[in-house]
Amino acid sequence: MSKLLILAEHANGKLNPATAKCVSCAVKIGGDVHIAVFSDSGQAVAEQAARLAGVSKVLNIEHADFTDPLAAMIAPELAALASGYSHLLAPSSMYGKDVLPRAAALLGVNQVSDIMSVNDARSFTRPVYAGNAIIEVSVPEDMLVAATVRTASWAAAEEGNSAEIEQLAAQSERPSHTRFVELQSEGGDGPDLQTASVVVSGGRALGSAENFELIYQLAKKLKAGVGASRAAVDAGYVPNDMQVGQTGKIISPELYFAFGISGAIQHITGIKDAGTIVAVNKDADAPIFELADIGLVGDLFQIIPELEQALD
Amino acid sequence: MKVLVFIKRVVDYNVRVKVRPDGSGVDTDGVKMSINPFDEIALEEALRMREAGQADEVIVVSAGTSDCQQQLRTGLAMGADRAIQIDTDKPLQPLTAARAFQALVEQQQPGVVLLGKQAIDDDNNQTGQMLAALWGRPQATNAAKIELSGDTARVTREVDAGLEVLDIDLPAVITTDLRLNTPRFVKLPDIMKAKKKPLDVVALDGLVSDAGNDLKIGNWSPPPQRGKGIMVDDVAGLVTELKSRGLL
Ligand SMILES: Cc1cc2nc3c(=O)[nH]c(=O)nc-3n(C[C@H](O)[C@H](O)[C@H](O)COP(=O)(O)OP(=O)(O)OC[C@H]3O[C@@H](n4cnc5c(N)ncnc54)[C@H](O)[C@@H]3O)c2cc1C
Ligand SMILES: Nc1ncnc2c1ncn2[C@@H]1O[C@H](COP(=O)(O)O)[C@@H](O)[C@H]1O
Repeated sequence: MSKLLILAEHANGKLNPATAKCVSCAVKIGGDVHIAVFSDSGQAVAEQAARLAGVSKVLNIEHADFTDPLAAMIAPELAALASGYSHLLAPSSMYGKDVLPRAAALLGVNQVSDIMSVNDARSFTRPVYAGNAIIEVSVPEDMLVAATVRTASWAAAEEGNSAEIEQLAAQSERPSHTRFVELQSEGGDGPDLQTASVVVSGGRALGSAENFELIYQLAKKLKAGVGASRAAVDAGYVPNDMQVGQTGKIISPELYFAFGISGAIQHITGIKDAGTIVAVNKDADAPIFELADIGLVGDLFQIIPELEQALD
Repeated sequence: MKVLVFIKRVVDYNVRVKVRPDGSGVDTDGVKMSINPFDEIALEEALRMREAGQADEVIVVSAGTSDCQQQLRTGLAMGADRAIQIDTDKPLQPLTAARAFQALVEQQQPGVVLLGKQAIDDDNNQTGQMLAALWGRPQATNAAKIELSGDTARVTREVDAGLEVLDIDLPAVITTDLRLNTPRFVKLPDIMKAKKKPLDVVALDGLVSDAGNDLKIGNWSPPPQRGKGIMVDDVAGLVTELKSRGLL
């Protein structure tokens, strides 16, 4: 039977929802599912992880060096823990993508990136070419499966469990060659982009940071997260953590609004899993309309205020 | 200090790739090929390090068939001092690539190794991290800013929560994100000059065996299509439509 270890992602004492999505993938693979929490004081996070349905054990590994999530610290620990497991999983968030390949290389195995679906315990599908093709990847029989899980493809595991929590000590030597300096977080106070059920995004068409207020206001009214195209980020209208797409966040809200976004394939990659896509663009030939479920041709500077009024 | 930059030949990012009807891969016949965009940014950064007097040699490396010499020549035309082709006719999985790259790194002893954060064909996002692991050196992935000072680098990384700043000791592996810089255009005289710059070819099996290529790639399929959408005429139409779908 498979035995799976999931790398938990967390910050400020909170388990990131990406971990619960990883659990769903692990449950689909089937077997004994464990979660590893690395931190300087992880009991609260471990307890949240222990509540996830399908988890049989949480490993809580505390060390003062684990305050900041550095791949150079965590990967050797994860590699040391991996013996006895058939699968090593992490969310394909920036964190998972940073740590897991480093651990896989230490273990001498290739990694399967971005699992979309599970065929069997060793065979998966994943996107390539910015989601323009889906491939089947299988891992040989006697080899550890190291994989990241494409969170937009998986629902979060339910809560209501109370798995055992085991305290473990750090095992490997921790390098001094990598030092955390700071995290510059600019994120607003709205719902998190990756878990929000409604997301409102703006593109280059907004024209300035001031004009982007229009998007924030509408989002507030809809209790929505706020996203942006790369062009809007590059032009400095919004911070980088709001970018949606191939090199930003892959999201799967129930409802997605794209205002003044042309629909480049790198942007589309990030929103393909959305339930309903609404596009507003003044160019009737914009590629975004090929994908949108509901399209409206028009000037966003007129349409957004009208929409806000209609919502009142 | 030497800077080693790994550049991969990939289908140009503007091309809409199509899966072959027999499920054996994507159609690449007659398709425009380019340097992976993240790798082009990595090369630009290396050139800027040299121009700032922080590096004295920039070496571009690509693994692939002789076709990738075209991308290496473009790299030389952009300003790299010399190029190395790791000759192989198989697409390399990240662990194999990282092992080969490590062997080359040990030979060349660079102070900084730059890679793209991901290749836009396989979208793996693994090779840099694996190379750093095998080499036992620091990694800073998704770099949006790199400041070198002596034996260390301060790297600002794009992470989900914003920007993370790390200090790393050199030598180190840094992978690049899109906002690091905007690559320069190649000028015609540079293309002529690049023809005279050295381009060495080493065989893959002179560096490593390909035993790491062990994932089995099965069938390729096109992504699931979304249903055909509708157009509405105005905001009232949009609101009605959203309400009828239970979304408002
Ligand atoms: C390797 C790589 C990775 C990338 N990754 C990403 C990524 O993760 N995410 C991403 O978004 N992009 C990414 N890009 C960039 C992508 O190719 C596009 O350049 C970008 O998405 C364009 O942003 P945009 O649609 O806002 O701007 P534009 O393409 O300039 O589109 C603006 C749109 O607004 C419309 N418009 C103008 N004025 C109005 C108005 N008043 N009312 C309504 N509509 C109006 C125009 O008709 C146009 O369609 C990547 C590119 C590369 C090369
Ligand atoms: N065949 C190759 N030749 C040169 N560089 C490569 C090759 N494969 C991967 N790389 C480098 O590794 C990075 C990450 O690739 P990947 O892990 O495949 O997404 C790329 O952006 C390149 O810098």
